[in-house]
Amino acid sequence: MVKTRNRPKRLDGFQRLFLLLVICMIILLGYILSNIPGGTLGLEDTVAEFQDRSGVESPVTAVLLNFRAYDTMLEVVVLLLAVIGAWSLTKSPLPGQVADISPIQMGVVRLLAPVMCLVAAYLVWQGSHLAGGAFQGGAILGAAGVLILVSDFPQIHTISALSLRIGLVLGPLFFVGIAFCCLFFTGDLLGYPEETAGWFILLIESACALSIGVTLAALFAGSRPESGVQKKQPAVKQSPDRGNS
Amino acid sequence: MITTQIYSITGLLLFGMGLFTLIVHSHPLRKILAVNVMSTGVFLILIATAYTPLGQGEVDPVPHAMVLTGIVVSVSVTALALILSCRVQETSNRDLLREKPVAETAKECTR
Amino acid sequence: MIYSILTLFDILLALTLLWLSWNLLNTEDIFKAVVLFISFGLLMALTWVRMRAPDVALAEAALGAGLTGPLFLSALRRMNRFLKGERRLDCDENREKDNGKNPKQTQAT
Repeated sequence: MVKTRNRPKRLDGFQRLFLLLVICMIILLGYILSNIPGGTLGLEDTVAEFQDRSGVESPVTAVLLNFRAYDTMLEVVVLLLAVIGAWSLTKSPLPGQVADISPIQMGVVRLLAPVMCLVAAYLVWQGSHLAGGAFQGGAILGAAGVLILVSDFPQIHTISALSLRIGLVLGPLFFVGIAFCCLFFTGDLLGYPEETAGWFILLIESACALSIGVTLAALFAGSRPESGVQKKQPAVKQSPDRGNS
Repeated sequence: MITTQIYSITGLLLFGMGLFTLIVHSHPLRKILAVNVMSTGVFLILIATAYTPLGQGEVDPVPHAMVLTGIVVSVSVTALALILSCRVQETSNRDLLREKPVAETAKECTR
Repeated sequence: MIYSILTLFDILLALTLLWLSWNLLNTEDIFKAVVLFISFGLLMALTWVRMRAPDVALAEAALGAGLTGPLFLSALRRMNRFLKGERRLDCDENREKDNGKNPKQTQAT
């Protein structure tokens, strides 16, 4: 248990001044919030109007991957940048492994990881008409990766650094590639042709889910793989995603 | 309407608490926690403005999409910040977790 | 403006969120703060469901509770391990138990 010396019970002068400032700011912001006219600012009607041209039925997925796809593309690149930043900062390996992992944990993870991959694939598939999509699927893949990393399966040591890197850039690469294809064929960046928009979105989502999962697991592991065979990454475990979706 | 107000005010208070903690505390992990609480407050306000009660029309999906990307980005930022703070600890002479020089922790541990 | 049982639920949920965040920001023990943060994330997922945002709720349940918590815990552990391992300290058994059985001990001694 790590005790921290906390903020002293009696605040000093500057802290009191700052507390006062924060309270003033909250009161002002609350005043502004209470004066926002409600009900008239939403974009839900606009979204509903163009829904059937977006290729998917779920409004959130339509906004994410069609109407505001540019945002999402940059955001996937931000995730890649976070991994690059993490890899350039640290060389220390995985967070200290527990010496002996109980067989129960191994068994549970062995059962759970494939199921989580299946749920992730289902969420990506479901994203076109219900709640779900690339981010949720990727998050669950990442959680499966964290479980596998924590349990220290021997298989993760055999995954090559190259396949890990390919998994990381697959999503951004597909996204940018399809964006430029659209620019070439239809004249708009990310302006999918209407009849195939659903398939393009599904393709991008699957690739992005895989990349997000690998990214989150890599951020958890924290260290850069050296070239050659390296301990890391459940990329092999995550291949069912592509197969299913 | 009342629901929107309740959650907006909650988000506002979360933001304020996080901001105050971010400035006042010097512990790096607590600062990162505070940033997370702040971002949660902002997300709560965004979603609360989009809320319409059941049966009174659709919910605005644009803030939902923005918050969705925001959550993922905040997780990756948290991971990066944590790695950065570990790095700071490795090169620092002070025990950042207990906020005193490393030598004192050493003395405590060997005692 | 309709007050219903849901309004009561809203108020309870909001108060719980505020209480949790106050505790996690002010508790002495950083480990406790991280655990409180995980439960805070789960309650936020509940809030997103209440705000009719199931997409966000799914992402928050997986990310906010499932990934951020382990990230913080592993960072905490890494900091502790550095302090013990790199500075070559002999830490007593209690500390070892607190942080799990640590394989670093053989290198630390």
